[in-house]
Amino acid sequence: MRLTWWFRKNLIRIYMVLGFTYLFVPVAYTFAFSFNNGGKSNLVWKGFTLSNWQNPCGAPDVCLALGNSIRVGLISTVAATILGTLIAFALGRHQFKGRSTTNTLIFLPMATPEVVLGASLLAMFLNLGINPGFWPVVIAHVMFCISFVVVTVKARIASLDPRLEQAAMDLYANEFETFRKITLPLVAPGIAGAALLAFSLSFDDFIITNFNSGTLTTFPKFVYVASARGIPAQANVIGSAMFFLALFIVIAGQLVNRRKAR
Amino acid sequence: MAFLHAAGSKVSSLKERRSLLPYLLLAPGIIWLFTFFVLPIVNLARTSTQTPIANGDTGSYEQTYRFANYIDAFIDNKEQFSRSFIYAFLATVLALAIAYPLAYGIAFKSGKYKNLLLVLVVAPFFTSFLLRTIAWKQILGEEGPVIAILRGIQIIGDNTSLTASAFAVVTGMTYNFLPFMTLPLYASLERIDPRTMEAAGDLYANAFTTFRKVTVPLSMPGVVAGTLLTFIPAAGDYVNAAILGNPNTKMLGNVIESRFFKIVDYPTAAALSFTLMAAILILVTIYIRKAGTEELV
Repeated sequence: MRLTWWFRKNLIRIYMVLGFTYLFVPVAYTFAFSFNNGGKSNLVWKGFTLSNWQNPCGAPDVCLALGNSIRVGLISTVAATILGTLIAFALGRHQFKGRSTTNTLIFLPMATPEVVLGASLLAMFLNLGINPGFWPVVIAHVMFCISFVVVTVKARIASLDPRLEQAAMDLYANEFETFRKITLPLVAPGIAGAALLAFSLSFDDFIITNFNSGTLTTFPKFVYVASARGIPAQANVIGSAMFFLALFIVIAGQLVNRRKAR
Repeated sequence: MAFLHAAGSKVSSLKERRSLLPYLLLAPGIIWLFTFFVLPIVNLARTSTQTPIANGDTGSYEQTYRFANYIDAFIDNKEQFSRSFIYAFLATVLALAIAYPLAYGIAFKSGKYKNLLLVLVVAPFFTSFLLRTIAWKQILGEEGPVIAILRGIQIIGDNTSLTASAFAVVTGMTYNFLPFMTLPLYASLERIDPRTMEAAGDLYANAFTTFRKVTVPLSMPGVVAGTLLTFIPAAGDYVNAAILGNPNTKMLGNVIESRFFKIVDYPTAAALSFTLMAAILILVTIYIRKAGTEELV
């Protein structure tokens, strides 16, 4: 009787523990197998080693692929963040004709399956005689990241208190000064969040990249191609390192925000 | 406000510049989306009605407006087509079942750990999507823990395996699209004023009735957004089917991919892409009508 009572009282907590276990089992697997002494094929546990972490570029091409992913990610992030933020300001701070068409155009790429985005862009590049490769991938990544940047930054702009800007104007700041000293700093965390989102979407994209990359290898493409014959443990090292790096950035960002709030 | 308008009309050149400003802000991004999203889709529509050039090289096509391409493509691939939607539906329902209590717990039961738990929900998705999918292949594989447990308690026989199956594909899809479900659910649950639930309790509703009559209806925008964000990518996915499935679990995405790369049959790939998009749009429209949250889109 007491046991069922305890069970009912803590049902949601028990459920959360199970849920988080489900979420983290594959991550734990990836992390554990980064220490596997498995040689070229990393499917079966063969013993503990630190050598993969000491030599993350040890497997052929893994760091080449990583470098390509980082380059594509950085360029796409900068371009998509600028283009998307400008659109977000237009939508969030101005009245204009064609607003609903703009909203539809922002929404549609997010509602289109990646395989369609990738295939359509490749078909156009081929028709124009442009070979798939580095720049087609960057173009594609900027395209699908813009919408996510717009949505993220627009949400931040919508949550601002308009009285802060009015107060600045009342204190004789002109429009530009108000924007630079009040609006932009307040929206900045939203822009930073959008840039992080864009980078992680770009870095992790496989389907659209696979269509438009030709012979260029990105990290996800490397993993996909390698998965047929066994992925080197170095890929797990890089995947785990990305996990801890991203976790660190997010938690550090939250701590900074909290300190600012005080 | 009236005096502001008066001041504005005095400086008419400023006003003109202001009315131009939003378009200047929009232009670069909108031109990008138009060139690299709208034009390719239009081009794909044109490709979908082309036919091979007689005696031409493989992969060369001419425009003949053959709309029967759509019928041929659909009939040849109706199994993969229905499979895409069945798997995506199952993955969406499972993701909702897993994500709702999780989002509920984070929003209402975790106190000061709320932000930390929210980060932990998203954290697994910082590891590469493909590495996680391959991890599932190992977890469900012959050497993995799941099969050992299930065989130990005799739920499955010694000859049944879990990998290379529809079960594995749906498991992978559910897992991979889970954050798209959890985050919108959390956002709409978190916005609910706890006093509405207290009020239900004061009016003698028990915990379950409060949940059913107050919490669930108020969280509907999150449910709708989450299911859409999960269902759309799931229906178009082919990576989970390629890594965790077998030839009998191929989805429409796998067909489009192989038509494009292995058979260079661009018209069929294009026709299938459009059929997929149209089917998704129709389902989404019906769903939004039924769910009654039209203000969402």
